[in-house]
Amino acid sequence: MTAPVAHRESVPGHLLVGTPLLKVRDLTVTFASRGRRPVRAVDGIDLDVAAGSTVGIVGESGSGKSVTSLAAMGLLGKRGVTVTGSVEFDGEDLLNMPEDELRSVRGREIAMIFQDPMSSLNPVLTVGRQITEILERHKGLKGQAAKDRAAELLASVGIGDSVRRLRSFPHQLSGGMRQRVMIAMALACEPRLLIADEPTTALDVTISAQILELLRVLVKDTGTALILITHDLGVVAGLCDQVHVMYSGRIVESAPRRPLFAEPQHPYTTGLLASVPRLDQPRGLPLLPIPGSPSDTLPWAQGCAFSPRCTRRVDACVGHPPVIGPAPSRVPGHLVRCVNPVPYDVEEPTP
Amino acid sequence: MSLLEVRGLKVHFPIKKGIVLERTVGAVRAVDGVDLSVERGRTLGIVGESGCGKSTLGRAVLQLEPVTEGSVVFDGEDLGTLKPAAMRAMRKRMQMVFQDPLASLDPRQSVSSVLSEPLRTHGEKGPYDKRVRELLDLVGLPSTAANRYPHEFSGGQRQRVGIARAIALNPELIIADEPVSALDVSIQAQVVNLLEELQQRLGLTYVVIAHDLAVVRHISDDIAVMYLGAVVEVAPSDSLYDEPLHPYTIALLSAIPIPDPEVEDVRERIILRGDLPSAADPPPGCRFHTRCPFRQATRCHDEVPVLREIAVAPGHQVACHWAEQVHSGAITPERAAVPAADADGAAAV
Repeated sequence: MTAPVAHRESVPGHLLVGTPLLKVRDLTVTFASRGRRPVRAVDGIDLDVAAGSTVGIVGESGSGKSVTSLAAMGLLGKRGVTVTGSVEFDGEDLLNMPEDELRSVRGREIAMIFQDPMSSLNPVLTVGRQITEILERHKGLKGQAAKDRAAELLASVGIGDSVRRLRSFPHQLSGGMRQRVMIAMALACEPRLLIADEPTTALDVTISAQILELLRVLVKDTGTALILITHDLGVVAGLCDQVHVMYSGRIVESAPRRPLFAEPQHPYTTGLLASVPRLDQPRGLPLLPIPGSPSDTLPWAQGCAFSPRCTRRVDACVGHPPVIGPAPSRVPGHLVRCVNPVPYDVEEPTP
Repeated sequence: MSLLEVRGLKVHFPIKKGIVLERTVGAVRAVDGVDLSVERGRTLGIVGESGCGKSTLGRAVLQLEPVTEGSVVFDGEDLGTLKPAAMRAMRKRMQMVFQDPLASLDPRQSVSSVLSEPLRTHGEKGPYDKRVRELLDLVGLPSTAANRYPHEFSGGQRQRVGIARAIALNPELIIADEPVSALDVSIQAQVVNLLEELQQRLGLTYVVIAHDLAVVRHISDDIAVMYLGAVVEVAPSDSLYDEPLHPYTIALLSAIPIPDPEVEDVRERIILRGDLPSAADPPPGCRFHTRCPFRQATRCHDEVPVLREIAVAPGHQVACHWAEQVHSGAITPERAAVPAADADGAAAV
């Protein structure tokens, strides 16, 4: 490995010294279809995930949060998609890896769970068959040994009567149970990195709490690193070590979770926090919505994509793309991409 | 007198078997004995998880679902007894806002046509242009929007069109079923604020149905919490969070993540076991007893609790045999082992 010399932007502070488990640099994804203007869905993402840590990616629909993870895993297909930049997992370049090698990394080392478990599970195979298939392919387990391990996995994600459940088809399970099955499948090979893309969005509140608790415990017990992709700031607040906020394909703010919520400095982050009602606060407080809609955007090349909706817009926002740099709070690892960040209370920098 | 009064409302959907000789083998008890009332100019929020019957309740209030039993009284008139013509006239006074504005707007209908249709249907004389402009202005859309089609708008703007359609006939009651849950987070607050502003300007009465307790609490004066077809708790919005009485409400509140790490790190979570039981075969006694962390050995499984006011919390109704003891802390929740093993969590097949 060579030291990153003269990187595009000065190497941001949150990027780790030493080798992280997953290292994404300048990841850019462009979708082009004939007769249409190419769409840059992800625009120069830098992301580090240390072994055993939990990283949150927050953004609204269309912010590029899911595309980032799909592109990093090589799951976007080839036609009409251009992926540039680099993605290194444990020192190996995933973007230029031959497909069959990549396939063994995915599944064995990296696993993903998605929002809608019904469309990710095979409806005509039993749950047990779908888990043993993974165990056969990646672990070389056969027959009864594979079945035993599959039942063990189901039990570990809190599915009671797991031996009998192996014979169930996905449609016989509830949404929460299906998501548990997905998690069991993801954990089948004891991956070092788990990517969860909106794992609880399709679930009810009490079931979602069950699944989040399960992820929290599993991550702690197995030492698996977790990338949690979500639109819900509340989910991130309880679970993640480092949080990245995305807007229109770029990271606009990243910080360890406490400073991010205590002193958010990008107007988009503060706007998001002010626009959701909070259960633990007095009821009369007015909601301060972000004006406009996510489609009112500016290409990053022409300035800040959020500037058309931003209440702190100044002349310098337009003209050249804002760079991401250390936030005025000086909290280590707190970065913000804004020329006119939100002022913060100087008194108490979070330890 | 309340503008809307719901008494003992039941909506059961029959489960049928057989092709030629069709027979009823059971019923999905979507709404199973609900009493509610809403004063004029106020907002009642109805929360609950999917399948708890909240949407069916909203539709049954507007007589859009056949009512099995009970009555809906609107402004002193029992809607169930009205003749079709009288009911049709009554519909002018109560309107609905739906969850998905793209699905509830005809893609081939321009906004001006969408907004003038209710006027035409209810016999108002044209031209409607002036009223359409007025409506667009009320919901914060430019008058140029009149000639555009639903696909040309963003989600939030489409929901504004849906709201404009609902207020076109100057209704008194609006039932909003998940009005913001299909919208992006940054847009939800815009629509919530619009609903509040319209309520003040037009003196509307709302029933807001949603699963997001934080949004419902923000907009409502009172909140009814539903579980499996029944109301388990009714409380003023201000006191629901500080003083939840029903074990289900306590668990629901503790399950909602708060966007603040300081709160999240110390918050006590009550993780419920298993899934919602099937409404075709609800548990006997208290419907919640199969998942209740406060369950007691007696009464819970064989005696149906009624919605009652308890002495320690005036103005606050709860359907739990042990509400006083839960409130005073005499009964504490049993801690579920994590990951919550749920032998009884199997879905009804």
